[in-house]
Amino acid sequence: MIGGLIVVLVLTLLAFRLPVGESLKMLADGAFGDKFAISRTAVKACPLLLTGLGMVVAWRSGMYNIGGEGQFIVGGVFGAAAAKFLAFGPHPAPAWVSTTLILLSCCIGGAFWAWLAGWLYVRRGVAVVISTILLNFVALQFLGYCVSGPLQQSKMQVPLTETLPDAVMLPKLSRQMDVHLGTMLPLIAAVAVFIYLYRTRPGFCLRLVGENPNAARASRIDASRYQLQGMMVSGALCGLAGGIEYVGIAGQLGTDFSQQWGFLGIPVALLGALHPLACVGSSVFFGALFAGSENLARFTSAGATLVYIIQAVAVLGYVGIKAYSDRRVAVEAG
Amino acid sequence: MEFISLLQYAAPVALAAMGEVVTQRGGVINIGLEGAMLIASFFAMLVCYTTHSPYLGLVAGVGTGVATAGLFGFFAIILAADQVVVGTAVNLLALGLTGTLFRSKFGQSGQLLSVGRIPAWHGVDPLMVLMLLSVPALWFLISRTGWGLAVRACGEYPKAADASGFSVNRLRMQALLIGGIYAGLAGSYLALVITGSFAENMTAGRGFVAIAMVTFGRWKPQFAFLAALLIGFAESLQYKFQTYGWKVPFQLMIALPYLIALVVLVLVGRGASSPGSLGQPYRKEK
Repeated sequence: MIGGLIVVLVLTLLAFRLPVGESLKMLADGAFGDKFAISRTAVKACPLLLTGLGMVVAWRSGMYNIGGEGQFIVGGVFGAAAAKFLAFGPHPAPAWVSTTLILLSCCIGGAFWAWLAGWLYVRRGVAVVISTILLNFVALQFLGYCVSGPLQQSKMQVPLTETLPDAVMLPKLSRQMDVHLGTMLPLIAAVAVFIYLYRTRPGFCLRLVGENPNAARASRIDASRYQLQGMMVSGALCGLAGGIEYVGIAGQLGTDFSQQWGFLGIPVALLGALHPLACVGSSVFFGALFAGSENLARFTSAGATLVYIIQAVAVLGYVGIKAYSDRRVAVEAG
Repeated sequence: MEFISLLQYAAPVALAAMGEVVTQRGGVINIGLEGAMLIASFFAMLVCYTTHSPYLGLVAGVGTGVATAGLFGFFAIILAADQVVVGTAVNLLALGLTGTLFRSKFGQSGQLLSVGRIPAWHGVDPLMVLMLLSVPALWFLISRTGWGLAVRACGEYPKAADASGFSVNRLRMQALLIGGIYAGLAGSYLALVITGSFAENMTAGRGFVAIAMVTFGRWKPQFAFLAALLIGFAESLQYKFQTYGWKVPFQLMIALPYLIALVVLVLVGRGASSPGSLGQPYRKEK
């Protein structure tokens, strides 16, 4: 898998006529060159892993959640709303209480946004692919409204929320680096999702529903319940990704709060073979690519958009090889 | 005049949706429609910029729209891979490809660039006429020709079409490529008629709105066209509500087309009129 990804990377660099050796060195320096680079990679891998895990849970339940982006954003907005009461109210809560409750609100926000799409599917048969995508665009405008309206900072006229006090932010290992305590959360989440999917009864039912809802119904499993559950867990994970970005890195929300993190969770999940632990690997790979491409962007015109291409080509290559080998197996068996 | 500007706002979604009707009647949901539109609008702009001919730009837009649909078809039809996965990858590829090429050619942030537009006569441009003519033409193609019947069979019950001696995958590919032509027209319309420019992620979800309008339009080109007019109306409100002095946040007006698309999906549900095998790849039995 990693070998294939590196082949795709080299081919993409060749296609854009970038010097392969130098570009790879710049990418590697930007991603792993020193402790600052490693810190950048870890911080970029964080939201990728969480949204990737979100996709794993939803897709395993048979729900094609493409709305990680919207769930990430609404999570952030719920978090900022909680912060407005907890950290900026007349009686600020203790910092650690604020931080915890903000992160929790983010999960709730994301889960709520995903629940909407799940409900539309279960009750009205609206395809999740379409509703989640439409909800992404609605979420983006909702964010724009909130940061220039009810959640806007009081003194300035720019569309941003108040900056969180340092005490509420997740503690950092060092002042110069971005790595913070929240970097651990996605790893814990990966293990938790693994246990949930493969070691608990609800997780088993959820995967069964995803494989074949009719077979699940025949075993008296309420398919819609697990479809909704899959969506809500997925949304909560994407919302948490938004929360970690908010209380870990950004400290405030603006209209550009999400840098496509929710969307990019899809390739992370697919190249992680929809397995929670394998997603750790794919998220680190893409996190490193993003960190490295920032370095590359300083010297060439290619930047983060290059990573989109690499992700897309990798996914197409992966499904192509998989479909081809499936067909060979089918031919040999038939 | 009012009606003509409404048609102009509606055209990208209307063109894409009518093409997607043909695709979906064959049983394929082209989730990569958004990507095909985006790639088409970029290359339409680029060729128009380099050759100073909007007509060559249009050719490039339609050509790349068809090529992008063909890429989707190679994976989703010929290799029978999952249509949602392939479509998502195609959209991501379109976003990355147009973004990277745009930045490398026009600078990091993308300077304000302006290209020649397709000339219009009293607001009526040739593509708008083509769109209006497409409504009866596509209806005839789907409902009154042998080819249309065969495509519909592929969408309803591909095994039967196969047993009658039709190549399911070839017919689906043809239906998909017709959708690609219209996706190319839709993307070119954005670049060469409405804006005369390009911006990163310019299609802004219109491809997905078009897919929603196919469902709302009950998989019929004439109804999908009418549904797209509703979206065009919602989009035109964005530019008008300020002059009317309405006290609503402008973000709500931008979100309106998406909200309308959602609400109509809730109202119509899935219903019985969707093609029976929509979204399911077909593997020929050996």
